Amino acid sequence: MRLSRAPECTAGRQDYNLLVIGGGSGGLACAKEAAQLGKKVAVVDYVEPSPRGTRWGLGGTCVNVGCIPKKLIHQAALLGGMIRDAPHYGWDVAQPVLHDWRKMAEAVQNYVKSLNWGHRVQLQDRKVKYFNIKASFVNEHTICGVTKGGKETLLSAEHIVIATGGRPRYPTHIEGALEYGITSDDIFWLKESPGKTLVVGASYVALECAGFLTGLGLDTTVMMRSIPLRGFDQQMSSLVTAYMASQGTRFLKHCTPSRVQKLPDGQLQVTWEDLTSGKENMGTFSTVLWAIGRIPETRSLNLENAGINTNPNSQKILVDAQEATSVPHIYAIGDVAEGRPELTPTAIMAGKLLARRLYGQSLDVMDYSNVPTTVFTPLEYGCVGLSEEEAMARHGEEHVEVYHAYYKPLEFTVAERDASQCYIKMVCLRKPPQLVLGLHFLGPNAGEVTQGFALGIKCGASYEQVMRTVGIHPTCAEEVAKLRISKRSGLDPTVTGC
Amino acid sequence: MGCGKSKERRAAARPQSEAHGRGGRGRDSSAKVHPPSPPLPEHPATGASGPSRSTSARVLDPRARLRACIDSHPVVLLSKSTCERCAEVKKLFKSMCVPYFLLELDQAEDARGLERAFSELTSETDVPVVFVKRRKIGGHGPTLKAYQEGRLQKLLKMNGSEGLPESYDYDLIIVGGGSGGLAAAKEAAKYDKKILVLDFVTPTPHGTRWGLGGTCVNVGCIPKKLMHQAALLGQAVQDSRNYGWKIEETVKHDWDKMTEAVQNYIGSLNWGYRVALRERKVTYENAYGQFVGPHRIKATNNKGKEKIYTAEKFLIATGERPRYLGIPGDREFCISSDDLFSLPYCPGKTLVVGASYVALECAGFLAGIGLDVTVMVRSILLRGFDQDMANKIGEHMEEHGVKFIKQFIPIKVEQIEAGTPGRLRVVAQSTSGGETIEGEYNTVLLAIGRDACTRKLGLETVGVKINDKTGKIPVTDEEQTNVPYIYAIGDILEGKLELTPVAIQAGRLLAQRLYAGSNIKCDYENVPTTVFTPLEYGACGLSEEKAVEKFGEENIEVYHSYFWPLEWTIPSRDNNKCYAKIICNIKDNERVVGFHVLGPNAGEVTQGFAAALKCGLTKMQLDSTIGIHPVCAEVFTTLSVTKRSGGSILQAGC
Repeated sequence: MRLSRAPECTAGRQDYNLLVIGGGSGGLACAKEAAQLGKKVAVVDYVEPSPRGTRWGLGGTCVNVGCIPKKLIHQAALLGGMIRDAPHYGWDVAQPVLHDWRKMAEAVQNYVKSLNWGHRVQLQDRKVKYFNIKASFVNEHTICGVTKGGKETLLSAEHIVIATGGRPRYPTHIEGALEYGITSDDIFWLKESPGKTLVVGASYVALECAGFLTGLGLDTTVMMRSIPLRGFDQQMSSLVTAYMASQGTRFLKHCTPSRVQKLPDGQLQVTWEDLTSGKENMGTFSTVLWAIGRIPETRSLNLENAGINTNPNSQKILVDAQEATSVPHIYAIGDVAEGRPELTPTAIMAGKLLARRLYGQSLDVMDYSNVPTTVFTPLEYGCVGLSEEEAMARHGEEHVEVYHAYYKPLEFTVAERDASQCYIKMVCLRKPPQLVLGLHFLGPNAGEVTQGFALGIKCGASYEQVMRTVGIHPTCAEEVAKLRISKRSGLDPTVTGC
Repeated sequence: MGCGKSKERRAAARPQSEAHGRGGRGRDSSAKVHPPSPPLPEHPATGASGPSRSTSARVLDPRARLRACIDSHPVVLLSKSTCERCAEVKKLFKSMCVPYFLLELDQAEDARGLERAFSELTSETDVPVVFVKRRKIGGHGPTLKAYQEGRLQKLLKMNGSEGLPESYDYDLIIVGGGSGGLAAAKEAAKYDKKILVLDFVTPTPHGTRWGLGGTCVNVGCIPKKLMHQAALLGQAVQDSRNYGWKIEETVKHDWDKMTEAVQNYIGSLNWGYRVALRERKVTYENAYGQFVGPHRIKATNNKGKEKIYTAEKFLIATGERPRYLGIPGDREFCISSDDLFSLPYCPGKTLVVGASYVALECAGFLAGIGLDVTVMVRSILLRGFDQDMANKIGEHMEEHGVKFIKQFIPIKVEQIEAGTPGRLRVVAQSTSGGETIEGEYNTVLLAIGRDACTRKLGLETVGVKINDKTGKIPVTDEEQTNVPYIYAIGDILEGKLELTPVAIQAGRLLAQRLYAGSNIKCDYENVPTTVFTPLEYGACGLSEEKAVEKFGEENIEVYHSYFWPLEWTIPSRDNNKCYAKIICNIKDNERVVGFHVLGPNAGEVTQGFAAALKCGLTKMQLDSTIGIHPVCAEVFTTLSVTKRSGGSILQAGC
């Protein structure tokens, strides 16, 4: 009956100034900003349960099945390391200390639920209407939303922002993958310990999950087809995995799974092919975690009803610098948009800037260059700007100077920790004043270290300027300001003494 | 003892052919700057056999030999090896560090002939006889008299041998083997300079001493940060229960174990420095340096053995040592940060006197490892730092069990009972009136400030000016003192920052200016620093007070926010304690002039922002930078509330 209203909506008055599809980081930021600028805004959000039945509340990937639970469980794993360090520093802690997954999971899940609630309250406070419905386009100004119970609602708006993000991809061609495997959508919501785990994939999600599982004392294996952390600096990536291996994570390189079967005792038997030898191998695991990539949530949106173009390969929505899709009043931000970094803070900023351009008379467009990021593997990897490979490709090897150092965090010394993979690399133009193109930092607190330097690079920092910055002693970050050995020189980049 | 001069020259002679793997830059030019010393006949120092043999090589009659000797050397001492009065004259010359030609008549070839010639030429009956520039000064008596009347010095100066030695033992002598001194030494050594480092640790009243490396390594940054880490691990162990780790209820801390581990690490660093100097061919002596004349320094080792060295240039990098109160019992019963890090017993219930960063850091980690800690403060916390931040640090420490006694100063410390630790009674007086209080502690740690080690260096001898009040040395922007060939770096500088990396930077850049033709000066602006209190405080640029003073309150905008580190949510602790603040100059495009952060890993956070400040960071650039999620540092990319607005900065969700 309400459906009949749809055609007139497109022509006349709309229910809302702005309708945001997807209540994740980007969508919520955009909605709140628009509401603050006095607009009538609605957010529709709906979490399709994972194949294993996991569902969650408002806030999107980051809050529920991404950054937040990931960093918290990473912290749990780091605390395990600190517990082992503690006796070196005089603390009388009987080793080994066992870990209780249930207790951790409950604490993490409760925190996430508090954030879900917080997002609800924030929307209410800003008078943003929230609908827990699954949306699809009826036409270019109207969407149809379906509740969990099957009830349909039509909503129309002048501007529509698509911010539906992505979901983990299942290798559906592999027998048993869907039935028996889980993904990052489930791991953080498991009530019980996953036990012996096979992580398939070499994305940052794969390595982060494998890292914290190992850190919590679980027998963990990573199976990867080719290279780790594709798109990241490859020297850094191999150091990341080398450190993980030293901490007990097993790696099955150049292998692809072909079959997952459930054994009578409930264990999963995985069959894989070793691409190097061509041989088939088998192993049993309690849990198989797929982390082979993510696919954008565009399939159920009926984008064709509104005439929105997508990349047929990636399924992502094509956008311009203003985040506009092929339909001028419909925009896409965050992980669902083609060519954008899949990062919470970029989605948030893109959303805010978009709302300001639409309703705040701002012209600022999002600058997607030099976006810093950090991979929270056991040894954290922070980076901003170009990888060494990318810098060489763009500027030519002879125009690039790479300064680097292996360093030892002070805290590692007394704890007798191995620091073989603590490494920093600054990629610069060779011509003075040697503009910094990229910074790569592998070590504790990499995120904290990288943030400020990201700003420096934004401000056009040169190598000279970074070197003129006085260090803060004793920190790991100060090593960045002391990078004096160039790769070209061939000198030993190991830092000795203060 | 003697100058040891010619001997030293040979011993420390620079290898000319070895490849250092440093590209060999500066090798040739250095030879021009400082030609290798020719064999100097005026420097025989001791033992006459050498010179007499060389003269006897040519078969000359004794008279001609003696004549030639007197004619060819500026200062000549005719002596006998067994003569006591001769020894006294030798001692005199050595104390003046005057190189002289020594001829021991009884040791030389044809001793009898020489003695005859001696009487004829000198008209003297006995040794010693001294000649300066072919002019006879006379025997023992006249020589000493000439010295007492200053005539001898004058003569020597005319000779040019006292005022400016023709060549020096070293290119550079560095007094003080701390961060700054060692950095300068290592850098200068790259340019093939001949360098001597003198380092000597005067034991504390408590008897503590340590090795090469200075304050930072031995009694500063390094042990401090490690003990801070021990305290942080204590917190981590507590937190870990909330994260599912099954840890028993009470976890005890073992002071001895921690201290041993920390000291072992320091020992390895001391050793590392020794090796580093040796590898770079820098001479190191564990001796106390004191200027005794222009370009001359006396080095006294721990056995009281003295040596005199000369150098073209000097670098003073002696740093500072903790100040004592000057009240009854302070030196006898109190310790300082010089003692704490190697204390062979747990300090127990501790009174920390002072509110410097040293005081608060020590109080923080002592409390963190479970000790009962009280801080006695005369006036304000962390003088010189942003007071808003300082007070937040104090509040946080108080909430975490550190007791503060404010506006009191100790007037007497008595021992109730000796022991490790013993028991001490501290009597303190209110700063506002006569009220006194008493308290009993196991340990009293003084951290009321530090004094520059400049008063016993013989600086007055060479005329280096110091600030009489503070003992600090004023220098130019090139770290030069008022005496052009003497430089100074590090904590002893007047009006400069007392920070290891600053001293290192200054030392490196100085060496590069002196020996590598560089003109880059050390930039003391926007130097970042971090106070490692339980809640760490990182800062770069101006404090709010300073910014107001410099630009006027109406011209600055302060953006601020509390933040809650994600990691602290699970243990549900310390919300709205971590704090971020930036100070912008409104008239200069909201350029950031001050950066302040209170929270975990503040040092790691601050470093990169310091680099950005160097690049002229503005608020707009800060806003357009993408955060890294979820880390503490990202709070700086989303600061939106100004202090002026009075808006709420309490943190709710993400």
